[in-house]
Amino acid sequence: MDETVKNTKPQKRLKPSSDAFKQVREAKIGLIRKLIAKARIKSPWLLHFDCGSCNGCDIETLACLTPVYDIERFGIINVGNPKHADILLVTGTVNHRNKKVLKKLYDQMPDPKVVVAIGACALSGGIFRECDNVVGGVDRVIPVDVFVPGCPGKPEAIIDGVILGLQKFVQKQKGAKDGD
Amino acid sequence: MVSTVIPFGPQHPVLPEPVHFKLKIEDEKVVDAIPAVGFVHRGLECLVAKKDFVQMTQVVERVCGICSAMHGMCYCMGIEEMMGIEIPKKAAFLRTVWTELHRIHSHLLWFGLYADAFGFESLFMQFWKIREKIMDINEATAGSRVIISVNVIGGVKRDISPEHRQWILSTLDEVEEALRDLEKVVYEDYTIRKRTVGIGVLSKEKAYELGASGPMARGSGIDIDARSLGYAAFPDLDWEPIVEYGGDCFARAKVRFREMLQSIGLVRQAFQKMPRDEEIAVKVTGRPEGEVITRVEQPRGECLYYLKGNGSKNLDRCRIRTPSFANFPPIMSMLIGCRLADVPVIILSMDPCISCTER
Repeated sequence: MDETVKNTKPQKRLKPSSDAFKQVREAKIGLIRKLIAKARIKSPWLLHFDCGSCNGCDIETLACLTPVYDIERFGIINVGNPKHADILLVTGTVNHRNKKVLKKLYDQMPDPKVVVAIGACALSGGIFRECDNVVGGVDRVIPVDVFVPGCPGKPEAIIDGVILGLQKFVQKQKGAKDGD
Repeated sequence: MVSTVIPFGPQHPVLPEPVHFKLKIEDEKVVDAIPAVGFVHRGLECLVAKKDFVQMTQVVERVCGICSAMHGMCYCMGIEEMMGIEIPKKAAFLRTVWTELHRIHSHLLWFGLYADAFGFESLFMQFWKIREKIMDINEATAGSRVIISVNVIGGVKRDISPEHRQWILSTLDEVEEALRDLEKVVYEDYTIRKRTVGIGVLSKEKAYELGASGPMARGSGIDIDARSLGYAAFPDLDWEPIVEYGGDCFARAKVRFREMLQSIGLVRQAFQKMPRDEEIAVKVTGRPEGEVITRVEQPRGECLYYLKGNGSKNLDRCRIRTPSFANFPPIMSMLIGCRLADVPVIILSMDPCISCTER
């Protein structure tokens, strides 16, 4: 723990405008940031978005959360709010209607963030790439970090993809720190 | 009174699929519901111009991952009827086995999501745990968990060996035992009854008028089941459509629960009556010409295929009408007048399959 935080406890209350107060505040915020950074690695939260898939990959993604595969042992929880999420799982092809939704969800997530694209459709459009309403893979709209192949991707492969994504997440976090 | 518009979806934790409803609310009551669809539209039917009629089997299986075996079977039945092919009897029985297994896994999946809709997390886990046994059967017999792709024009691709048959029957015994344990929870639990009995009532007249199909219609007392048309091996099996008379969310859940147990029985019967011969597919020559309509019963209701061939390798048309599409008008009528908290339960009671509806 930092010296400044230790020393402040017995002293009388500082004025908010004083330099000492600002120092203490900075130190405390730094500590909280460190804690959050560690917690996000140890317990990443998922956001799952079905982007025009046939449901095959979605039910396999949901199957990861259930007792047999139990992705929660890595501290992973499925959340509905993009502002709480660290990893975005995308299944299915991107079409002209949902590309805006996908972009919005990605923009709402806090940095650093990782995108995992699941299934043949999310990779390239799969069997549907010749259809008239299909834009193509997820990487046409947002940057993708991990691709999970398969039609549909197996739960084991999806878990593997999420763990790979987690490693990228750690790298990104380090990169962001060096950038500061 | 001041009314508010609340958006439901397209990204919502209750439904894994993107569907958007604009709910107009007065106080706590929903006075109007406007659906917005098209988030999953891929334009799958236009692929008939680019893929030949044999490849289309794989395409239609990807209309919906949950009931892919039914889609494949319905398409193959249509082409077979058009080309005048009689499939081997064993193939018909094998198709029945796989489609009934699909029905069980689809209903188990639905029960999990349904329990999740009213916050019964542990029941969700229980149902999905049972479902993995069915997925194991799919993987062992067809090589894939979800899109099993066993149907080909003229029969099926794979046979089920006698050892597998024995193992499947013992696994189904385990599934049935696990379901019997949960039967009491589904039928009698206080929370479930409180959230589903008398919620989203659809009368028999209204269900008929609005064209409900599948468990939605059967939950309202209409005795309609496309399996009684007698496709695949159903004429040889002993069964009856399951009908409940409540018309509410509870009745629809009951229909699905009883159907799961019935499907287990149908698989057992199919194995018993399956002929012992080796032939599982016939050779197909020629190209389809003419038009045909086929119907099968999916977990969500009746699915209809209209196929038109012109004598070339590509079909002219492949029009699909899926059960969820038929069930949208009844659900819209049910939403009006309900409380906001009941909206997820009512929408889920229809078992919406958006990727089917929009293709």
